[in-house]
Parts: sequence; C-alpha cells; structure tokens
Amino acid sequence: MTIVTFTLIILAGAFLAGLLGSLTGLGGAVIIIPLLTLGFGIDLKYAIGTSLVAIIANSSGSAAAYVREGITNIRLGMFLEIATTVGAVIGAVIAGFVPSHIVAVIFGLVLIMSAVMQLRKKQDHLELAETSSLAKKLKLNSHYPTRDGEIHYAMRRVPGGFLMMIVAGIMSGLLGIGSGAFKVLGMDYIMHVPFKVSTTTSNFMIGVTAAASAVVYLQRGYIEPGLCFPVVIGVLAGAMTGSRILLKSGTELLRKIFSAVITVLALEMIYNGITGKI
Amino acid sequence: MVFSRKYWQDKDIQSVIGKMLRWGVLSSAAVTSLGGLLYIFTANKELPPYHTFHDVPAQYKSLRGIFAGLLHLDSLSVIQFGVLILLATPIARVLFSIFAFLLEKDYLYVVISTIVAGIIFFSMIGGLA
Repeated sequence: MTIVTFTLIILAGAFLAGLLGSLTGLGGAVIIIPLLTLGFGIDLKYAIGTSLVAIIANSSGSAAAYVREGITNIRLGMFLEIATTVGAVIGAVIAGFVPSHIVAVIFGLVLIMSAVMQLRKKQDHLELAETSSLAKKLKLNSHYPTRDGEIHYAMRRVPGGFLMMIVAGIMSGLLGIGSGAFKVLGMDYIMHVPFKVSTTTSNFMIGVTAAASAVVYLQRGYIEPGLCFPVVIGVLAGAMTGSRILLKSGTELLRKIFSAVITVLALEMIYNGITGKI
Repeated sequence: MVFSRKYWQDKDIQSVIGKMLRWGVLSSAAVTSLGGLLYIFTANKELPPYHTFHDVPAQYKSLRGIFAGLLHLDSLSVIQFGVLILLATPIARVLFSIFAFLLEKDYLYVVISTIVAGIIFFSMIGGLA
C-alpha cells in the first residue's frame, strides 16, 4: 500500500469514528484504537499516542462551545484536574513497564464497562441540602442556565469523587482514552453532579488530562506524525459534522448498535491480548 | 446576581477560555492539514512499518528537532508542530485560569490551577519518557 492510499483510508475511518462518537456521545477514541490495531495492524503504542492527540482536539473543540453556554463547572473541573493529571502521569509511567498485550486486555475491559454504562438510566440528583462542607469550602456548588431559568445544584462525597478521578486519569494515560465512564462514576454516582454538568465538565477536563500524558508520549516516540495527520483531522472533521446533524429519531437505536459494536471490538481486543497477537 | 460584578467577570472568563480553545484547535488543524498535504504530495516512499513499534525518529520528539525541521518545511515536522499547538491549547487554558482567578481574587483556585500547571510541567521536563 502506498502512503497516499493508506492515509486516505485512515482519514475516512477516523472521520466515521468521530461522526459516530459525536452522534452517540461516546467519543471517537473508543473505536479509533480498535480500528488502528485490529483493522490496520498498527502497533498499540502508536495507536495510543495518536488517540491521545485526537481526543485533545475533540474535547477542546466541543469544550469551547460548552464553556460559553455556561454549563461547564470550571471550578469543579480545575479541582478534579489535580486528580486526573496526577493519574495521567502515573498512567504514562506505568505504560512504560506494562507489556502491550496486558494493556490490550485492560483496554477491552474498560471498553465493555463503557458500553454497559451506556445502558444506565440517567438520573439527576438535585438535593441541595445534602451537600458536604468540603464542597462548600471549594465553592463547587453552582447553577446552570436552562430555558426555564437557572437550576441550582450541590454535591457531596468530594474525596470519593477525587479518588475516582485519579483512576480515570490513570486509565486515560495508560490507554489513550478520555475515560468518560470513570468520570461519570465519579461525578454522577459518587458526587451527585447533575448529568448535563458532569458531561460538559468531564469533556472540559479531557484535554488537560490527555496533554499531561501526551507530553511524555511525545518524548517517548509514541506520537507518529504520519498517523496523527489522518487520525486527528479525520476525527475532528467527523465530530464537527456530527455536532451539526440533529438526529430527530434513531439516536437510541444508534447507541444500542454502537454499544454492541464496541463490545465485540472489546472482546476481540481481549482475545488478541490473551493470545499475544497484540 | 446578574448585575453583580462577579457574574460578569465569570462570563468574560468563560468567553475567553472558549475562544482560546477554539483558536487553538482551529490553528492546529490548519497547520496539521498543511503538513499532511505536503506529506501526501511529496511522499513517494513505501509505507513505514507501523505494525511494530520502532520509536519515532529523534527529530520529531523534541521542540528543537521539530523547529529545525520546520525551517526546511519538512512535512512531518509541520504535522508535529500542529500536534504541539494542540498539546499547548489546554495547557494555555490552565495558565490563563491562574491569571483569571488572580483577577477574581479567588486565591484558593489560584493555588489549585497552579498545582495542575505544576503537574503538567513536571510531566514535560521530569524525564519520565
């Protein structure tokens, strides 16, 4: 295969990944890594490095819009970024020691977890009375605008959420993903942040988290420019197209199909990891 | 609340952060695409062996190497420069937050933002690679 053909095929694949990731809200990274490794036989290290760069582009692009809408909780994001960046650095260091086939198995397991969490019921907790004194001290409780006026919210169990964010950071640094599933666990389930706020704030944190490990990967030679060009531009273009398409119906079906596809890819990653093919 | 000084400052900060992120991504995409087009049109070699890890050549792993390649309009250096702009975008956002919280006199968050910047800085120069 020539460089031109290869680049164009990856560009098309990354575009689709970005488009589906944006339409379903699952993000593009979850299929970029299986696409590169299982689809094109590219080494997992290159795939992880490239994916990290792509998710910085994706998250920064959409965070720009969310931040201006005033839904993102910037203080919550900044505070939890201490945890996610520490985790990301740990993850990048661990990645230097853990063999690729074990990373592939962990990746598969996290992928299955993300797919399962897609099926959860979205429930907003808005009990203002239940907040902790730490949340007040850190000025985390806030409000966000809706058509029917401002919605105030309060959070609790800040240390638990913080610990979960360290795990999210480690997974992000180790696997080259945004770790949305762990962030949802930390913010929605433990801290009781409303769904809209946790989604946008998680997205806001992804860029900084990924940058913390990407600077290590760049120096380690995982970030290959010949792959970065088609993947970053493809995912970004796909995500931008996705955000302009408003699906009137079929979103739920699309999410279910996408979750099923991810589960199959996850099982294949685990199988290839166990048999040492990755 | 809407007419208080703090509310508008928060709004302004959000707007600046939004603009920073947008311009960072757009300029990175422009530079990366430019490098990519150069790469496609000048590449006549065979596909590099991506199926096994060979470590990227040293000139694409350091600021000095990437800038040196830029002077020769080396296509891969141009792409890598686009990647650098992308990595710098969220980092610049953290640095701006330190300044913004300082303006708001929210010293707790000045400290929190500085810690985040410090962790990233450590990751860059800590010899972790």
